[in-house]
Amino acid sequence: MQVLVCVKRVPVIGGRIVLTPDEQEIDARYLGFTVSPHEECGVEEAVRLIEGHGGASVVLTLGPPEAEEQLRDAMALGADRAILLQTDGADWDPMATARAITRTIRDQESANGAFDLVLFGNESADSCGHQVGVRVAHALGRPCVTGVKAIELGAGGVVARREAASGWEVFEVPLPAVLGVKEGLNLPRYPSIPGRLKAKKRPLERISPEPEPGGQQKVRLMHPPERRNAVEVLGSGPEAARRVVEVLRKAGVL
Amino acid sequence: MSAVLTLVERDAGVLESTSLQALTLGRRLAQRLDLPLHALVVGVGPPSASMLGAYGVSVVHIGEHEALDGFAPKAWARCVIDLAASLSPAAVLAAGTDRGQEVMAHAAAELDLPLVANTIDVEPADGDRPWLLTRQRWGGTILEQATLEAEIKLLTVAPHALSAAEATTRVQPTVETFAPGLTEQDLAVRVRERVEPGSGRISLGEAKVVVGGGRGVGAADGFRLLDELAGLLGGVVGCSRVVTNAGWRPHADQIGQTGTRIAPEIYIACGISGATQHMVGARGAKRILVINTDKDAPIMTHANYAVIGDLHQVVPALIEEVRRATGR
Repeated sequence: MQVLVCVKRVPVIGGRIVLTPDEQEIDARYLGFTVSPHEECGVEEAVRLIEGHGGASVVLTLGPPEAEEQLRDAMALGADRAILLQTDGADWDPMATARAITRTIRDQESANGAFDLVLFGNESADSCGHQVGVRVAHALGRPCVTGVKAIELGAGGVVARREAASGWEVFEVPLPAVLGVKEGLNLPRYPSIPGRLKAKKRPLERISPEPEPGGQQKVRLMHPPERRNAVEVLGSGPEAARRVVEVLRKAGVL
Repeated sequence: MSAVLTLVERDAGVLESTSLQALTLGRRLAQRLDLPLHALVVGVGPPSASMLGAYGVSVVHIGEHEALDGFAPKAWARCVIDLAASLSPAAVLAAGTDRGQEVMAHAAAELDLPLVANTIDVEPADGDRPWLLTRQRWGGTILEQATLEAEIKLLTVAPHALSAAEATTRVQPTVETFAPGLTEQDLAVRVRERVEPGSGRISLGEAKVVVGGGRGVGAADGFRLLDELAGLLGGVVGCSRVVTNAGWRPHADQIGQTGTRIAPEIYIACGISGATQHMVGARGAKRILVINTDKDAPIMTHANYAVIGDLHQVVPALIEEVRRATGR
C-alpha cells in the first residue's frame, strides 16, 4: 500500500512570543522548528502501516526551502521519500494550500499509483484552520474522517474512531480515503542515529507550485489582550490545605 | 442577503454551550448588518425553539431526513448548503467544535468558498474595506486579523473565547422544516457505531472539577493521589503533554492544544509548569489553583490561587481536609 502524510513546519514557541516588526509572522530567529503533535502521530502511523502491510510511505509539506528539515525528520522515523512544495516562506491560505496539495497528489498518483490513505494533522499548530484535509478529500472525491484517534485496516477499508462528547464515534470508509488525525493515535518513536543517517540519502522531490489564493487574507498578527491574574498565595506546604478548602467552597464544588 | 445563519449543535436535546457562544457572535453580526438571526438545527428531536428565541433567533430551520439520526458530516454540510441556497445568508456561523469545524469545512469545499476558522470577532465591510475578522491562531495564543471576500461568509467561532449572552429582547421564533437533498455520497461517511463510556464516568471536557498533574507528579503511580482527590470532589484527572508522552496516562487525559479543552469551575494544577500548549487547553477554567514548588513557574501568571509546596505533601493534606469538611 501507499500512504501519504502531510505535515507543516512551525516554530517551537516558548512562553513568550515575539512578533516581527511588520506583524506578519512570529519572530522565529531564535526558535527551533517542528511539526504539530497531530502530524507527528500521522508520520508514525504511516510508517507503522507500511511496516505492517508493505509498500511506501511518503511525506509531503508546503513551505519554505528550510522545511526540508521536517521532511528529513519524518524520513528519520521511517518515511520512504519526501515531497517539498516550495514557497517563498509566506503563509498560504487554506484554499491555496489545498489546491497545491491536490494537484501534487494527482500528479504523483498518475506516476506511481493511488495513495490508499492520505493523512493530515487534524489542524495545523499555527494557523488552526481545520480544513485543508477536507478540501483535498473533496477535490479528489474521497471519503474523509477527521478527529481520528484510532485506525484499523480491514477488509471493507479503514475503521476510524474518534472521541465524541461522551465515548467514541466509529466510522468505516472504503479506501482510498483521507483522514485528519489527532495526537493520541499512537506514541511516536524517537529517531535513531542509523535512521537519521539513512534519512539524509532518501529521495526528496522539490516542486514550486503557483499559489491560487482564496478570499481570506492575513492582515496582521497581534497578541491577545493580556489577562493578568493577581495570584492569591494561599500558603506554603500542607498547612495551606484548610485555605484550599475555603476556595473549593467558594467555587461551589464542595 | 436575508439573514445571518448559525448552525447549532445539541447534546441529548440540550443546546451546546459552544453553540450559544456562536449564536451570541451571530447575533452581534446580525445587528451590525441589520439582518435577522436564523438558526439551523439538524436531525430529529424538538427544535429547542424557546432557548433559541432567548438568544434572538427569529427563525429556526430544521433539516429533517430519516438518514440524519446518525451523524454524517457531509449530510450536515448538505443541510447548510441547501439552506444557504434558498436563504442567501450574508454569513453562516458554527461553533468551532470537532463537528462544527468538520461540517463547515465540507460546506466550504463544496461551495468553493473560504472558511475562516476560530473567529472571535467580525466586522462587516465598511466603504472600501472588506469584511474584517479576528481569529485565533496557536489555539488562541496569538490573534490574526484577516480580511474576507466571499459571496457567503463562512466562519466557525472559537470555543470558550467569548461568553454566551442572551438577547435583551426575547423572540418567539417561527419553526420551518426542510428536507435536504441528500445524495448517497453525502451518507457514505457516517457514524457506524457509538461506543459509550463506562456508566458514571464524567468526561474531562465536561467536568466541574479537574485535578491536573504534570512532570512534578514524578511517575505513573503518583497519579493515585490525584485520582483520590478528584474522586472526593466529584471531578476527574487530567494531565500535561509531558505526562502522556512519558506514557504515565492515556492521551484521553491530556489537557492542551492537541488534547482536551476543559471548562471546569475550578482547575487544580499540580506540578505543572504551564507550557503554552497546556494553558491553551485550560483557558476555559473559571478558576485555576496551582500547587507547585516553584513560585516563579510560568503557570503562576495564569493562576488565581497558589499553594507553594510539594504536591506529594500538599495533596495528602488536602485530601484529609476535604474528608473532614465533607465527612466522605
